[in-house]
Amino acid sequence: MLISSQDTVIVQGITGRQGSFWTRRMTEYGTRVIAGTSPGRGGQEVDGIPVYDSVGEAVREHAVDVSVLFVPPLAAKAAALDAVESGVRKVVFLTEHVPCHDVIEVLAEARDAGTQVLGPNTAGIVVPGQATAGIMPASASNVFRPGSIGVVSRSGSLGTLVALNLVGAGLGQSAFLGIGGDPILGTTTLDAIQTLDADPRTDAIVLVGEIGGTMEEEAAPYISGMRKPVVAFVAGRSAPAGRRMGHAGAIVARGRGDGESKVQALTAAGATVVDLPSEIPAALGAGGR
Amino acid sequence: MQLLEYQGKRLLSEAGVTVPDGSIAASPAEAAAIAARLGGRVVVKSQVPAGKRGKAGGVQFADTPSQAREITGLLLGSVVSRYTVTELLVERAAPVAQELYAAVLNDPVSKGPLVLFSSEGGADIEETSARSPDAIARVAVDIRTGFERGQAELMLAHTRLSETVRREVAATLQRLYRLYRQVDADLVEVNPLAVTTDGQVLALDSKISLDPGALARHPELRGAFGPAASADETPLERSARELGMQFIELDGDIGVLANGAGLTMTTLDAIHHYGGRPANFMEIGGDAYTKATSALRLVLANPNVRSLLVNFCGAFARTDVMTAGVVQAWEELKPDVPAFFSIHGTGEQEASALIRDRLGVEPYDLMDDAVRAAIRAANPRTAGTGMAR
Repeated sequence: MLISSQDTVIVQGITGRQGSFWTRRMTEYGTRVIAGTSPGRGGQEVDGIPVYDSVGEAVREHAVDVSVLFVPPLAAKAAALDAVESGVRKVVFLTEHVPCHDVIEVLAEARDAGTQVLGPNTAGIVVPGQATAGIMPASASNVFRPGSIGVVSRSGSLGTLVALNLVGAGLGQSAFLGIGGDPILGTTTLDAIQTLDADPRTDAIVLVGEIGGTMEEEAAPYISGMRKPVVAFVAGRSAPAGRRMGHAGAIVARGRGDGESKVQALTAAGATVVDLPSEIPAALGAGGR
Repeated sequence: MQLLEYQGKRLLSEAGVTVPDGSIAASPAEAAAIAARLGGRVVVKSQVPAGKRGKAGGVQFADTPSQAREITGLLLGSVVSRYTVTELLVERAAPVAQELYAAVLNDPVSKGPLVLFSSEGGADIEETSARSPDAIARVAVDIRTGFERGQAELMLAHTRLSETVRREVAATLQRLYRLYRQVDADLVEVNPLAVTTDGQVLALDSKISLDPGALARHPELRGAFGPAASADETPLERSARELGMQFIELDGDIGVLANGAGLTMTTLDAIHHYGGRPANFMEIGGDAYTKATSALRLVLANPNVRSLLVNFCGAFARTDVMTAGVVQAWEELKPDVPAFFSIHGTGEQEASALIRDRLGVEPYDLMDDAVRAAIRAANPRTAGTGMAR
């Protein structure tokens, strides 16, 4: 999913310490935060933004395009379902440590309702010069500036480093999509790449992967059919092999998931795989594939 | 969070899955007493949180109580798959006619629960799966409706199990699914799920992994199971685990402090790339960014550290808060090693000013330059591989 300066945003958990801190940053960046929620605090205001008890109540007064969740882990399922059931089409699910079964239930309801979910445990979206929904340093001019490179990253901190390297080389971003660090995610690497492939303002894509899971491998067949260049970095290739317990994970992964499997799949798909984030700009300059 | 076999079997038994009769022993005398009570042939199983225990010699059969005593004496204190054996499960040996495989897990691809079943279970299930994927039936479940009887029966339709066994296995699959839901498991795996010569269906092993994010709503499970200590865990790693941080000592000389798993792995990748050797993996991601002081204490407590690399990229984690923690630890410990900083993102200006003012050090613009400088400082005699600033 992407976000524009036209989109209206509701912040769930707006009265909390993190919720209010990041709401101010999003608003200062130009994001249209038009409402917030906090159970029991309906009728109050945060920086002039009206607070409601639920998204269900807020949508009676406002048209809401995007919800951003700053809700504690055990309350996150109810909050996300509130947004989905209220007809919000895009949910940015920032919360970390949400029980996996809760995430699964939210994603099932969202799929049926046609709601897109980014996350959980994501750093959010930045569309430089337009809007941001999440916890990325969008207003840092050495990290983000408008351009034509789309970035997909599981991690917020590593995503920040990659964005910094692009700007340092004189490039800018069309969008940054943080997809999240959890095992089960609403938006996968493949989903995010498809979004950027369809985005007319994106000319090339930087994929920031990590060892573990098989999302990079699942995206490879689509990448092989793309016209836009893809440059990829896979973090953790020098890490010692992990230890595990059951067989089920290995049966489902079928030998995929480690750094070499990802590099192989991405290279075979025509992506340029670099060894370090600092090599990304040069790889993009060389045409990317 | 992975449970030991006997902890998992307790949950399986409560969920209505039949497990062999047995008890836990912490001494040879206890093992002998359990074997005497059970009578006949028993199996003595090391309780360590690792797979392939049988292949590592941690599971042995005993025909008499005195044999059980002897085997327990040998296994206690031995190291099986990196863990020291302190407890053994002594169980009545089952007359196995057929070994099946059953599991329920969170599946990232279908984004929901996935039930796995195979009539070719046992220690070689992964090889079986790789050779003939069709030998394993898979059913993606809608978590809102659950795993229904009809789905369980359909999974077993092509097996050659007898009608009565098939009915019992179908019921067992449903019990495993209900347990998976009830305890918020990431994984419930039984391999082998045995059919005995008298037609009983029995869970001979158990691998259960609980979702740490869900433990807060399971007071009945909290406390009973903590993260396991491995045999080769260092004292520093133990302190870190007790502080709730993930710290792994490596054999290099560059201490590393970074935030977030992705950035930390990348920092280690960069050190390797430029020819250096990291002394540790230490993640202070998410809410742990406020723990920078104790994190740095751990990193610097390693006597092999000859230079320190601090790499922060703030998104949610504020670099000014993390850097204040680092400065505090630095002033308290007054370490005798040089430090190299690369700091960007949320809070960058405040963080950089702190380092300049309090430590008199200028942060690097590029991570790569900070990495190369840290490598040079750790290996003064082999200097010259990196670029000068």
